[in-house]
Amino acid sequence: MSNTPLVEMENISIAFGGIRAVDDASADLHAGEVVALLGHNGAGKSTLIKILSGAYRRDSGTIRMNGEEAVINNPRDAKAYGIETIYQTLALADNVDTAANLYLGREIMTPWGTLDDVAMEARAREVMGRLNPRFERFKDPVKALSGGQRQSVAIARAILFNARILIMDEPTAALGPQETAQVGELIEQLKSEGIGIFLISHDIHDVFHLADRVMVMKNGRVVGTARVTDVTEDEILGMIILGKCPPGAVPGPGAMNV
Amino acid sequence: MSNTTVVQTRRRSISDIDLRAVAPFVALAVLFGFGAMVNPNFLGLDNLTNVVTRSAFIAIIAVGATFVISAGGLDLSVGSMSAFVAGTMILFLNSGAVSGDTGMIATAMLLALATGALCGLANGLITTLGRIEPFIVTLGTMGIFRALTIYLAEGGSIAIKSQELRAAYRPIYFSDVLGVPIPVIMILVVAALGAFILYRTRFGRHVTAVGSNEEVARYSGISVNRVRTLTYVIQGVCVAIAVLIYVPRLGAATATTGLLWELQAITAVVIGGTALRGGVGRIWGTICGALILELVGNIMVLSDLVSEYLIGAVQGSIIIIAMLIQRSLGRR
Ligand SMILES: Nc1ncnc2c1ncn2[C@@H]1O[C@H](COP(=O)(O)OP(=O)(O)OP(=O)(O)O)[C@@H](O)[C@H]1O
Ligand SMILES: [Mg+2]
Repeated sequence: MSNTPLVEMENISIAFGGIRAVDDASADLHAGEVVALLGHNGAGKSTLIKILSGAYRRDSGTIRMNGEEAVINNPRDAKAYGIETIYQTLALADNVDTAANLYLGREIMTPWGTLDDVAMEARAREVMGRLNPRFERFKDPVKALSGGQRQSVAIARAILFNARILIMDEPTAALGPQETAQVGELIEQLKSEGIGIFLISHDIHDVFHLADRVMVMKNGRVVGTARVTDVTEDEILGMIILGKCPPGAVPGPGAMNV
Repeated sequence: MSNTTVVQTRRRSISDIDLRAVAPFVALAVLFGFGAMVNPNFLGLDNLTNVVTRSAFIAIIAVGATFVISAGGLDLSVGSMSAFVAGTMILFLNSGAVSGDTGMIATAMLLALATGALCGLANGLITTLGRIEPFIVTLGTMGIFRALTIYLAEGGSIAIKSQELRAAYRPIYFSDVLGVPIPVIMILVVAALGAFILYRTRFGRHVTAVGSNEEVARYSGISVNRVRTLTYVIQGVCVAIAVLIYVPRLGAATATTGLLWELQAITAVVIGGTALRGGVGRIWGTICGALILELVGNIMVLSDLVSEYLIGAVQGSIIIIAMLIQRSLGRR
């Protein structure tokens, strides 16, 4: 693991109306590392990663990629940096098929400037074959697919374009146990390929299995960051519920003053 | 076991994709049968050619409406816009700005296309940049275009003054190529172009995506406002194309030009199987819908079952019934 982080977010803030959804939050992520983001409903996790993915524009703060300041004002900018996102609310266009979803906004064109649906479907079959070998419904609009199938389309969409940073906002929330295990294996695999992953989850147990570090947020602020080997599950619970930062963690601006 | 899965997938795709796409064509066939029953002249080549020719205005405008509605928008201003584009076009024809009838007509046509595009651009920009419901924006511009036309006509009508010009322009509506009337050729060309753009180009894919889920489209790096605005521009151009064949038919624009065309265009789109919510656009279904509307009118005239003064009421009922059918098909 190199010393310069793949991505560093520093002193990020954003407010919606009067609500400080994210307040002076900092986070970093290295290549081949999984950082889990934890916190209660409304803690600001989705909002923080939406700033990284370009979906929201921050009010203040800096983002650096490989040590250099990055300009991320919209989703296209983020994708250009290799940042791909799987959104919490399954972000697919319901009325078009799998291949069209995978390539939405980045369609493959024929030399005549028309959509190359054949090439897109062929690539879609390849990638989906890796994730979900039994998947066959390439011609159906994705609204006809099951939750698990839709999630594999969303994941395929994110890894299709050689992501360097993958953001997964509760990727298993809509899945059954078997599909959840599949996503876990996939995370291991992507990690071994050197991809950095931000993983948002409510399942502390899951997170301990998959993550290298955890970061806890509360009321828009970072309580603290810790290697999973330096803290216990109970201590993490304390961070989430009380905002209490244990000795094994690096405290953030949201840590309760004792 | 794998056999059963295959069978299930097949059965499902037949029931949920095809019904809505096929329904308008079935309705068209039923109307043919019904028409033949009520009047033996109905199936005559002359009558049918006539029906298709007269559906041209609505069919062409409705192709544009298919784009707007597929992207999740709505344009209520198309009828007034038709009157406005026709009025300004005729005023230009009367101005004598270009010498020679052919040159004059060609310039006036280009001007009409540009006017239509600009009217559509205005609708699109106000909707997207102003973040106002398209229903409200186009209700407003509907009033504006109508009033401007009446103002330009000083309360009366705007007619092509020069008889030679009128005669030179007439063939655009009244002549044919190998027996196919020009308006019918225009329907086919506009629909084929529309289908190409909607199904084969990146822009068309983005139209469907924006109508399907705006947020997903935005997160995918699609410029939602640009796509939406362009659908209104396409609508404006389609209105102008319809005007190009409307003006030679009557040679005039009046306060009632294009009255209720928005109802007919939107009805054609809905009958054709395009989802009013957006996300699904069926160009050929729309053409079929426009034909159905015209056939219903034709049958009413030929049969004396219902007074032809009630055509508007029948068309209004058709859009409501079409929505109810779409809903019940959607529930399956
Ligand atoms: N677009 C928005 N407009 C207004 N307020 C917002 C918006 N997005 C988020 N918020 C507010 O910001 C705060 C943080 O929300 P966020 O979705 O980031 O929480 P979260 O940690 O992802 O929660 P969950 O676990 O429920 O997904 C909440 O109070 C939320 O209501
Ligand atoms: Mg969230």
